[in-house]
Amino acid sequence: MSKLKLATVWLDGCSGCHMSFLDMDERLIELAELVDVVYSPIVDTKQFPDEVDIALVEGAVASVDDEKKIKKIRAHSKMLIAIGDCAVAGNVPSMRNPFGPEAILNRAYIENADTQQQIPCVVVPKLLRVVRPIHEFVKVDVFLPGCPPSADTFHTALTALITGEPLDIPALTRFGA
Amino acid sequence: MTVDVDVKTLVIDEQEVSARAGQTILEVAQENDIKIPTLCHLDGLGDVGACRLCLVEIKGSNKLLPACVATVQEGMEVSTNTERLQKHRRSILEMLFAERNHICSVCVSNGHCELQTLGQEQGLTHVRLPYRNPELTVDASHERFTVDHNRCILCTRCVRVCSEVEGAHIWDVMGRGIDSIIITDLHQEWGSSACTRCGKCVQVCPTGALFDKSKVGSDHPKYPDFLLQLNLMREAQ
Repeated sequence: MSKLKLATVWLDGCSGCHMSFLDMDERLIELAELVDVVYSPIVDTKQFPDEVDIALVEGAVASVDDEKKIKKIRAHSKMLIAIGDCAVAGNVPSMRNPFGPEAILNRAYIENADTQQQIPCVVVPKLLRVVRPIHEFVKVDVFLPGCPPSADTFHTALTALITGEPLDIPALTRFGA
Repeated sequence: MTVDVDVKTLVIDEQEVSARAGQTILEVAQENDIKIPTLCHLDGLGDVGACRLCLVEIKGSNKLLPACVATVQEGMEVSTNTERLQKHRRSILEMLFAERNHICSVCVSNGHCELQTLGQEQGLTHVRLPYRNPELTVDASHERFTVDHNRCILCTRCVRVCSEVEGAHIWDVMGRGIDSIIITDLHQEWGSSACTRCGKCVQVCPTGALFDKSKVGSDHPKYPDFLLQLNLMREAQ
């Protein structure tokens, strides 16, 4: 059997979910027997591949760039898994929603800046007015809440999804876990 | 000598049970180790049927009844955990999560929250409704406690404990529908209200809406069981 193609993506999150994924430690070697990591912040590939079997997405959708990425990921992935509370529920990135992006940019780059007060406008993508979980943009197949989901949760869930065994997610993790 | 007790017999989840007239379905279910999920209900406080999580099905009726306020009737056949009820309970929890800003990961009650636990127990992995993201205030004017309206689910346990048990009634609900908020006195700051500083409201709050300032991070379990002890001691006097 050929190996499954696994991608991991980092949108508006803290990378904590990726850290937790790496915390699987030696179990990553077992996992590598079953999957090829074809795209990830820890893999030197710039373009999201055309065909991916499982895409793990960390982070909420907060910018026009995130929105473009998540649509591309969905179009090229057989199974899309939202990992962590940001991807699943918005979480900390969504805490700006009641105030809007202008208020946050002003606070960070004008009010709290001692010198060179200016709001970045080139290269960095434009922020969306509201930060949203990824399932508000595209269909998500599996939700893995947690901040972050533990390494054990990653291991149990991924093993079950790869081998097709039954998976009881609420027994493994919850919002804020 | 005869003891005048009006006994009702009914069926809950295919189990025959007996009850005293006037008892609620929830009480009788609890006495018989049948678990019905609740959120606004708290042993020791009067019930208001606000959260609707304890809705049950009654055979022969299209209406779902809140078990915490519906009283038992002779011959009643109650179902507490049908697929339809589970679906409604998940929807209720999703609405609660979407209505205000419940950011579990940074909440003072993370790991000790009844809403969070119920979400997990009812199999919630995400919220299908769009989040409302309302702009809500945090009142930290009290020297010991804080109210964070972002986490409030309007269960009114604080209102009831303050009125029924402490006898101060400084908490109440202002506004209507989705605009309702809990207030202290006549919408004055908690710190300058007539609060007796007893802290009962904090202990009965199921979420991180009311919390003790001396607790940091998620190190804030609550102990609502004190109510039963207190009621027992008062009855004994």
